[in-house]
Amino acid sequence: MSGHVFHPGHDELHGVTVVVTGASGKTYLGRWHERGERGLVMHDVAIHDPDRNDVTRDQWLERQWKFGVAATERFLIVPSDEARSVRRFSL
Amino acid sequence: MYSEMMIKPMREEVTRLGVVELRSVADVDAALGDLQGTALVFVNSVCGCAAGMARPALAQALRHSRLPEQLFSVFAGQDLDATARARSYFGEYQPSSPSVALLKDGEVVAFIHRHQIEGRHPEQIAAQLTAAFDAYCA
Repeated sequence: MSGHVFHPGHDELHGVTVVVTGASGKTYLGRWHERGERGLVMHDVAIHDPDRNDVTRDQWLERQWKFGVAATERFLIVPSDEARSVRRFSL
Repeated sequence: MYSEMMIKPMREEVTRLGVVELRSVADVDAALGDLQGTALVFVNSVCGCAAGMARPALAQALRHSRLPEQLFSVFAGQDLDATARARSYFGEYQPSSPSVALLKDGEVVAFIHRHQIEGRHPEQIAAQLTAAFDAYCA
């Protein structure tokens, strides 16, 4: 559905579950709200931290895909300089 | 919480398919508490985009030759206690709405999360559902 705006009146990714790769090495998985002045605003976010998680990022993403997003943050702003890339959640 | 008037059509879009809506904890326990055989639980949602795809997908899937023996729904964000109770039967599957769980003898055997619904056409979602029906339903 390329070009489809999921929630009319918002940007294309609004309400869509995305994977944000952080410059720190962390991965943020949650629903995109908007890109604001302070960074990417997300809801219901799970975070993979390679220094803390005992599984790889890919293993972690596979688990989230199957069992759902194990959100630890209801609301999160990922600073613009941390957000290296954003993509829709898929395997 | 939303106006009942606003969500009534969303409830009816599901119940007119023969799906039994579970509105209370007691309803959920009566339906899922000692479940034998197969049951589908549709977690309805007001999200006009994801649920707007999921409901037509459910309608398409329920025209399939193999179907779950029982069909239920709960309404996330509206019937809060019933939804939380239904999710307690979903084991390690995380809360998500809209979503669809297929249970067999009380265990989740297939689950479609919101992130697997977003941006997909109803036909694609229905195909995933019917594949699960073929795998687990008589």
